[in-house]
Amino acid sequence: MIKLSNIEKIYDSPAGKVHALKGINLEIAKGEIYGIIGLSGAGKSTLVRCINMLERPTAGSVLVDGKEMTKLNESELREARKNIGMIFQHFNLLSSATVYENIAFPLTLSKVPAAEIQKKVNPLLELVGLKDKANQYPAQLSGGQKQRVGIARALASDPKILLCDEATSALDPQTTKSILDLIKVINENFSLTVVIITHEMQVIKEICDKVAVISNGVIAERGAVLDIFTNPQQPITKEFISVLLSNELPAAFRGNEISQVKTEGSLLLLRLIFLGESADDPVISQMLRNCAGVECTMLFGNLDEIHGVPFGRFIVGLSGEENSIQSALEFLRGKDVRVEVIGYVKRNNPAFN
Amino acid sequence: MSSEIIPLLTKALGETVYMVLVSMLLASIIGVPLGVLLHTTDKGQILESPTLNKIVGSIVNALRSIPFIILMVAIIPFTRFLVGSAIGTTAAIVPLVVASIPFIGRQVETSLKEVPAGLVEAALSMGATPTQIISKVLLPEAMPSIVSQLTTVIIALVGESAMAGAIGGGGLGDLAIRYGYQRFRPEVMLATVVILIVLVQVVQFLGNTLAKRLNKR
Ligand SMILES: Nc1ncnc2c1ncn2[C@@H]1O[C@H](COP(=O)(O)OP(=O)(O)OP(=O)(O)O)[C@@H](O)[C@H]1O
Ligand SMILES: [Mg+2]
Repeated sequence: MIKLSNIEKIYDSPAGKVHALKGINLEIAKGEIYGIIGLSGAGKSTLVRCINMLERPTAGSVLVDGKEMTKLNESELREARKNIGMIFQHFNLLSSATVYENIAFPLTLSKVPAAEIQKKVNPLLELVGLKDKANQYPAQLSGGQKQRVGIARALASDPKILLCDEATSALDPQTTKSILDLIKVINENFSLTVVIITHEMQVIKEICDKVAVISNGVIAERGAVLDIFTNPQQPITKEFISVLLSNELPAAFRGNEISQVKTEGSLLLLRLIFLGESADDPVISQMLRNCAGVECTMLFGNLDEIHGVPFGRFIVGLSGEENSIQSALEFLRGKDVRVEVIGYVKRNNPAFN
Repeated sequence: MSSEIIPLLTKALGETVYMVLVSMLLASIIGVPLGVLLHTTDKGQILESPTLNKIVGSIVNALRSIPFIILMVAIIPFTRFLVGSAIGTTAAIVPLVVASIPFIGRQVETSLKEVPAGLVEAALSMGATPTQIISKVLLPEAMPSIVSQLTTVIIALVGESAMAGAIGGGGLGDLAIRYGYQRFRPEVMLATVVILIVLVQVVQFLGNTLAKRLNKR
């Protein structure tokens, strides 16, 4: 549906040239929800704006629904843009127009007759749950309601693609959730291809199928959200994930020396990651039954879901004889669970603090 | 105050209102599009054109730097060419319009600059043409501010029309000079001043009310 090849974008600003995008290649399939995450200034907005040519790439090709966007003339481009809805962080609604008029706006631009506009706008008002607000002005709405108007407006021209540039960044977590749910519904019901720009991993986790991590104008890592979450490769990706899933040791062990050999009174800390079916397996109790002489302390646990796939992360501490610990480790490694060995760490002794 | 003054005052008020309204109307017809041109050809705007923007901007600045009283005298030949005479209420309208066009242009430009760039961007993303962006986004969104700005222009016109009147254009300024000053009739002077103050207050009030009604923010 969208294919970006070797996109370069260089801004010429008075302060000098800014190389915002450096050879971006990205393919987004029809019906996918594709997330693009990056820190501020990474080039996310520039990238998404290259899709509808709000920003012209300095070099490279932008194929949208089979059309080479960089080669269209002004009027062809205007037509092509009607195929690509866009929503914004600050909503960008007309303050002088009512909710109804805002949603009708793209249709007015295409000179659609009023009766037809009504047939189009009313169901959209219903879809976004703002039927009773049709005649109010944006100033009278909450942030979440404004974004719903933004979404309805973006859908009015029956686009095949929806671009969301930080669409939930100005909203609180609950409202964010409801907006994301709405986007998900639209994605499913209208088989709309959605591109979501964000700096929050939560947003990616909530609704994206795939994700690309962008950093300094290049894509650092990409893949299915589940893979990226459970097995991130790049430091930047790990950092984004760590916001949601802390990588810190439990407080009782934090700051203590980590040793690869057993020391007196230390526990072997393991990070265990369960995915899908395996999250249901009684792995720990099996281990305790099979490996005599091992004690297992649960230090941290978190059970989550990504796209309906259960995803558990635990930190456990093993104690006992060295060889029993090693056999327990072997046992776990043979199971359907990812095991990361943190090392032997002593528990803080409150008496010495 | 003797009663022969009342008809003089009403006639003068009528002339002032006539000069101001007609000048305002004519100046707006050119001044508003001028403001749109100044804004849309600016850097980063929909019709970006640095050369055109610079040329028009310079002309506007040049015109705006000429004091009204000098402009009025300087363009007498032009006024005579247009209306056949340089004296009279209608003749006074010519310099008033010439002085107001660049003023309105700048005021409208200022108002349009206040429209968030995101709105233009959103319209562009929906495939709006530049004309549609001007007529359906920029002007409606800036309207409350344009109304406030134009109120200021009208008030300036009241003052300038009094000046124009003083050199033979009629209106309240004319009356104040001829009766109040030259014939030592302080009560006429006072009456014109009071009427001018009330007139300005009324214009300001109407402008504020309209701007407030238009503002949905
Ligand atoms: N119009 C412009 N002129 C010059 N430089 C620009 C322009 N727009 C963006 N940039 C620069 O390009 C880089 C990428 O900007 P971009 O807006 O794409 O980042 P972003 O990832 O969207 O950041 P944020 O999360 O803050 O929105 C930044 O260094 C920015 O300063
Ligand atoms: Mg951005």
